[in-house]
Amino acid sequence: MNKRALLIIPGVFFMLMLGLLLFGLGRNPSMVPSALTNRPLPEFSLPSLNYGSIQDISQVSTEDLKGGISIINFWATWCPPCHIEHPYLVEISEREQELTFIGVNYKDDLDEARLFLEEKGSPFEKVIIDLNGRLGIDFGLAGAPETFIVDSAGIIRYRHVGVINHQIWEETFEPVISRIN
Amino acid sequence: MRKIILILIISSAFVVSVNAAIVVYQFDNESQQQRFNDLSDQLRCPMCLNSNLSGSDAPIAADLRAEIYEQIIDGRSNDEIIDFLTQRYGDFINYRPPLNSGTFLLWFGPLFLLLAGIFIVWRIGKNSQKLQPLELSSEEQKKLNTLLENKK
Repeated sequence: MNKRALLIIPGVFFMLMLGLLLFGLGRNPSMVPSALTNRPLPEFSLPSLNYGSIQDISQVSTEDLKGGISIINFWATWCPPCHIEHPYLVEISEREQELTFIGVNYKDDLDEARLFLEEKGSPFEKVIIDLNGRLGIDFGLAGAPETFIVDSAGIIRYRHVGVINHQIWEETFEPVISRIN
Repeated sequence: MRKIILILIISSAFVVSVNAAIVVYQFDNESQQQRFNDLSDQLRCPMCLNSNLSGSDAPIAADLRAEIYEQIIDGRSNDEIIDFLTQRYGDFINYRPPLNSGTFLLWFGPLFLLLAGIFIVWRIGKNSQKLQPLELSSEEQKKLNTLLENKK
């Protein structure tokens, strides 16, 4: 090996490190890969919340979520980002009629949750009550809000951590949904 | 006097609420307690990313500690509990992740960098040896001597 060739090594090394660091810079550190992506929904059967004109309090189970693409949104009234994304969820649920929006009221005060949905409108077809956060653990939840895309066979296809807005819906949700279709 | 009693009553309410926030887990024996401590030290909080379950105030960390506690009381083994959490949160949850294709770089990356560093230092050392002055042949020595003589 001549001296010239040896001089290339630090250069190559530097470029590799630079590449790695630039790659890391563009990534969101809170975007932890979900262990549940492409895995079936966890088995559960939990009561649903009655509010406004929805007085049905039957149990909701894994089976009820199969048959169409559903958007499962974990939210709570104690969670400020949930308040931020709420009007946008209402708007998309009105626009995207073919999707089933399911809310999971996560470790919340049920009276406040009812009041919240009655005042601000509800994007959800059903709201599942997860009083102690057990369903959250089964979904690998870190906190609220988190949103999952589930296909018609009940397979989780995508997990989104944090607020949903216009840009995130168009850039991440829409491509996943059209891929499933 | 009434005021003082009132203040005492009001402040006692705060004392109670502070105590209620600290969860004390009751174990059947010391080894269970030890396992609980080990697991909550070894497992990572999914919310705060850089802290373990025992060191985190995040609500999810408290929930996961409660989950671990219940599973220990139910008689599950450490491996079963770690499996339970790994299924839901991925290898990410474990500060001592298992060795597989996804974690290979994590385990051996530093060793690889160390070896690369040793190799580079070794190459540089070897090269600098080459720069040492060579012995002069007798002819060259003569030439040098005459040059030095002429300078005087």
